[in-house]
Amino acid sequence: MYEHDVIVVGAGGAGLRAAIAANEAGADTAIVSKLHPVRSHTGAAEGGINAALREGDDWELHAYDTMKGSDYLGDAPAVETLAQNAPDETVNLEHWGMPFSREDDGRVSQRPFGGLSFPRTTYAGAETGHHLLHVMYEQVVKRGIQVYDEWYVMNLATTDEEDPNDRQCEGIVAYDVQSGNVEGFKANRGVILATGGPGQAFDHTTNAVSCTGDGHAMAYRAGAPLEDMEFIQFHPTSLPSTGVLISEGVRGEGGILYNEGGERFMFEYGYANNDGELASRDVVARAELTEVGEGRGVNDEYVHLDMRHLGEERITDRLENILHLAEDFEGVDGLVEPMPVKPGQHYAMGGIDVDEHGQTCIDGLYAAGECACVSVHGANRLGGNALPELIVFGKRAGRHAAGEDLGEPEIRTGYGDDVEDETDTELPVQPGSAGLGTGDDVAADGGVTAEVDVLEHAVERERERVEHLMNKDTGVQHAEIRSKLQSAMTDYVNVFRTGDGIKNALKIIRECRKEYQDVYVDDPSRTFNTDLQQTYETRNLIDVAETIALGALVRNEFRGAHWRQENQIRDDENWLKHTLVSWDDGEPAIFYRPVILEGGDKTYEPKERSY
Amino acid sequence: MSTQQEQPREPESQEAPKDPEMKGSKSPQQERLRKKEAGLADERSEAEAEATGETVHIKVFRYDPEVEAKQEPRFDDFHVPFEKGMTVLDAVMYARDEFDSSLTFRHSCRQAVCGSDAFFVNGTQKLGCKTQISDLEQPVRIEPLPHQEVVKDLVVDMDHFYDQMHAVEPYFQQEDLPEGELEEQRQSRENREKVKMSTRCIWCGACMSSCNIAAGDNEYLGPAAINKAYRFAMDEREDEEIKEHRLRILEQEHGVWRCQTQFSCTEVCPKDIPLTEHIQELKREAVKKNLKFW
Repeated sequence: MYEHDVIVVGAGGAGLRAAIAANEAGADTAIVSKLHPVRSHTGAAEGGINAALREGDDWELHAYDTMKGSDYLGDAPAVETLAQNAPDETVNLEHWGMPFSREDDGRVSQRPFGGLSFPRTTYAGAETGHHLLHVMYEQVVKRGIQVYDEWYVMNLATTDEEDPNDRQCEGIVAYDVQSGNVEGFKANRGVILATGGPGQAFDHTTNAVSCTGDGHAMAYRAGAPLEDMEFIQFHPTSLPSTGVLISEGVRGEGGILYNEGGERFMFEYGYANNDGELASRDVVARAELTEVGEGRGVNDEYVHLDMRHLGEERITDRLENILHLAEDFEGVDGLVEPMPVKPGQHYAMGGIDVDEHGQTCIDGLYAAGECACVSVHGANRLGGNALPELIVFGKRAGRHAAGEDLGEPEIRTGYGDDVEDETDTELPVQPGSAGLGTGDDVAADGGVTAEVDVLEHAVERERERVEHLMNKDTGVQHAEIRSKLQSAMTDYVNVFRTGDGIKNALKIIRECRKEYQDVYVDDPSRTFNTDLQQTYETRNLIDVAETIALGALVRNEFRGAHWRQENQIRDDENWLKHTLVSWDDGEPAIFYRPVILEGGDKTYEPKERSY
Repeated sequence: MSTQQEQPREPESQEAPKDPEMKGSKSPQQERLRKKEAGLADERSEAEAEATGETVHIKVFRYDPEVEAKQEPRFDDFHVPFEKGMTVLDAVMYARDEFDSSLTFRHSCRQAVCGSDAFFVNGTQKLGCKTQISDLEQPVRIEPLPHQEVVKDLVVDMDHFYDQMHAVEPYFQQEDLPEGELEEQRQSRENREKVKMSTRCIWCGACMSSCNIAAGDNEYLGPAAINKAYRFAMDEREDEEIKEHRLRILEQEHGVWRCQTQFSCTEVCPKDIPLTEHIQELKREAVKKNLKFW
């Protein structure tokens, strides 16, 4: 058994920042990650970090843009915290040596991004995430923070009181990928989940294959609700063959979208008369698919993104990485031809329900980064707002877990007296127990009520699961289930959604659950068994996909990234509220909590979003 | 573990550049541009057309210390349906998902930024995700990186690589930060440009694996770590004192002087980092500093 004060699960931007903050606050801190830290998906972020650094800009404008971008589903205290802290945190990165792009006077460069009223996206070429990740890992090395890399975290060790608000997280169970040993990690002060996005629930995604929603699923099964999961951002410019991301920086620098007829459709077809290509991501993604749907797409599949007119010098200076991506993955030279692009799953606005200190309703359990929902992004994240979220809320979670007093949170979490139960929507399938067929029918999956050592019990359970999966000789393989799940999500819970389609997806997800009862691991080896790891991940994807589809079904309105054919208006009267799905005795339960539009000294009045 | 040596691959593993000067002077990107200008880019589409509707034959190295049938290293053959744009990574993923779920390799971002899937492909270190299968001669031989201990199949032990990276104090060291709210350090565009390529390293390990010197001298810091040190030593935001400290680390016995400018690292780097050049520049800096003292 291992023991630390604070255990951070995941080593991307949020995890590394949380670990540094916890370490600085004096806690014995360790990071446990299924990848080596520099391989985390934060490294793939391209665009930049929004921060009000310059004269003419201020945090209030940033907060306003973010609230508007969120389609008024961001919680104002979280949004204001983000905007207030982003400048300090960005400059802090610079102080740690981050190689930002520079202006002639030596200051860091900023550029325009979609939905921003000021060019406040601070960037390092088109590889900002790569540098952010490496700089932060360098600081972890400098501080000698313990890193358990290539350890896969299988579950949380949580007590099992009936009300999740009374539960306590005492540690985690993980296995050493290299040796296959399953071990317990005791966390004396807190566990911080920073496991990134769940993009692998979809089959066309910009996300790494490691983005399997592990943290989401573990927190969910331990009793922390998942919030606003229906809001999935589809990035308008991913490469058609692989889903590789082409940064919004291309449009920020002046890149233009054309349909097959060479028409600049964002203007000519009136999708965004004011902002054109720089309208917010949901608007552009729908415009592209509408073009394709109406027969104006290239090869009936994608549209063209053209940056040739920017000139070689500017492209090489600011978007060089894009040239490489287009060439390596699509065989297209961005200097002489337009690049093919289409929308791809990119980001999950929703996540583990946390307050502005990163804490869930379970004592000692925190979440930060893409796996968490504070919520700052609401129904639609603005480009350039993910990286500041990582550093601002990663740091806060680290400090709070280490025992610093951050005051009373304004955002509430978990099931409480301020929530409203879902009673209206008819579900197409009867949710039911969805475990592994090894008797995991307790409320907090892996949990136990008292007397027994919680962590020991959780470790025992995971060892049994591994035995079960490895000893089983026949059945279904995870790859089959995963692929079925991904197709269902892409077919029915994509950019355009209908009630019937989502119901189909839910039925298929249920089938996947059922098939998963019969899953087995073919590779008999304990050494680097990726088959076993992916089998665990697939289970997590099923849980997460179900919450996405459930959220999408009940929210019968059109808000941000969530488009419903039956109801194409934003219904502020009924839907200025967050969707929460919690794991209630092994079944999903849905409830709502009102959005907080009241900020420190002003209230954000919902207005129509026009671009 | 000695399994690597049992494989008859040494002869083709480190093909010496025929004309070292020429090789060193052309980055892979320049090489691509040259091909394009010469009309050779069409080759790829021809190869693709030829392969359409067919399968790709890959031979994948297999080894598992724990499974009896795999304890003796071998190659397994897979015939994967070809699709336009298919990469080496796509092919091994297909083989794993459809044919043999125990086939083991690292991969994550599949866009050449996480550095997980550096393999030895037809005798050269390459990132699986950014290597088009249609560019390769069949059967495509896919092996773990040479000169690193094999954990299983295509997975190598990276600990030594990480140790070397950590040995150069790979973190910014500047205590003298500007005062005042939101005041960043200034860095000229030129200086950022100077360190830019060095900051692109994704820690894939291809360069270390390709380096003959590193293969023979386990203590040699190696191209990746030296490049990491270059990234800081050349950054004008760090002051002279720390720069000297960095050079002292680099000019030790197993530091920059071990490099014999064979350019293997530069040739295989998937991010086109001019590693050999960076090592030479640090040698010059070290000499300059020493002359000052002597």
